[in-house]
Amino acid sequence: MQVKDILETLEIAPRPGDDAERELAREVTGGYASDLLSDVMGHAREGQVWITLQTHKNVVAIASLKELAAVVLVKNREPDEDTAAAARAEGIPVLTTPLDAFEAGGRLYRLLRGA
Amino acid sequence: MKADLHVHTLLSPCGDIDMTPRDIILKARERGIGLVAITDHNSTRQAPLVQELGRAAGVTVLAGAEVTTREEVHCVVLLPGEGERREFQRFLDERLPDVPNDPERFGYQVVIDERDDVIHEEPRLLISALDSGIEEVEAFAHRLGGLFIPAHVDKPRDSILSQLGFVPPELVCDALELSRHADLPALLSAHPFLGRYPLLRSSDAHYLAEVGAAYTELPLGRDPSFPDIRAAIRAASP
Repeated sequence: MQVKDILETLEIAPRPGDDAERELAREVTGGYASDLLSDVMGHAREGQVWITLQTHKNVVAIASLKELAAVVLVKNREPDEDTAAAARAEGIPVLTTPLDAFEAGGRLYRLLRGA
Repeated sequence: MKADLHVHTLLSPCGDIDMTPRDIILKARERGIGLVAITDHNSTRQAPLVQELGRAAGVTVLAGAEVTTREEVHCVVLLPGEGERREFQRFLDERLPDVPNDPERFGYQVVIDERDDVIHEEPRLLISALDSGIEEVEAFAHRLGGLFIPAHVDKPRDSILSQLGFVPPELVCDALELSRHADLPALLSAHPFLGRYPLLRSSDAHYLAEVGAAYTELPLGRDPSFPDIRAAIRAASP
């Protein structure tokens, strides 16, 4: 499954961008939900979609370091300006869903595990 | 000079009701602490009285706050003077969410005068996160000529490391604060980059017995100026 295949389920409107197509083709292997960046740094795994309400620029650094597939910001949160710039530079899709973390995680789980 | 740069008063909901300005100064004197910073959660309003009582008792007191940023990082901000304190208070008032305090649940949030009479009760819960990112808080503190010190960085919650994973390189920190029980060698081996920052150890006192329970020795004479304090903090190591 690729990042573009989760957009509809999570009610995400993709942001237009130069590399949007390539970014949205990143492979999704699972999900991780946490708002403590120290926890994500220690425990998230490559290919996961990270569900969070943190919008700080460090989110992109950690997503890039851990080779996560995408970051999904919940409850219509928009990335800080420098976060969005870093995301473009690193090629990490930072997406916004209107759903809260419970609903987004539930829908993603069902989509990935087919449960 | 022994400096304890993170002390709460009874204004903090979690601060003990015995944390009155008079008793904080008495305890600081008893412990030989010459420099104290008053840092209640998201408020500076009790600090002026502690400063006044400190002047009479020969204890230098800085006004400040322990700010909770949008990322839920606790940061100590210290202000150079009364005008700056008031300006910073306005900054806090404008960004504190409108969540009412429940004193039974969280504790009372009162400012008292020198006769221990309550002169103000803060209706909004002071331990909420401000609607302000850490960079904005840092920039505003520095615009006022103040100091910006991420608090108890070794703690697994409410700290810059727990919330943000690492210290953002562009963030201007005058020092980093270690908690009372921090294991510095273990911390530096897990996060070697922390060694690049000046480091303080403070008590984060919420109870009288904790005032001065941790402190940093700073090379300062009696009644130091704010610029001297700033220079000493920027060169501090625990």
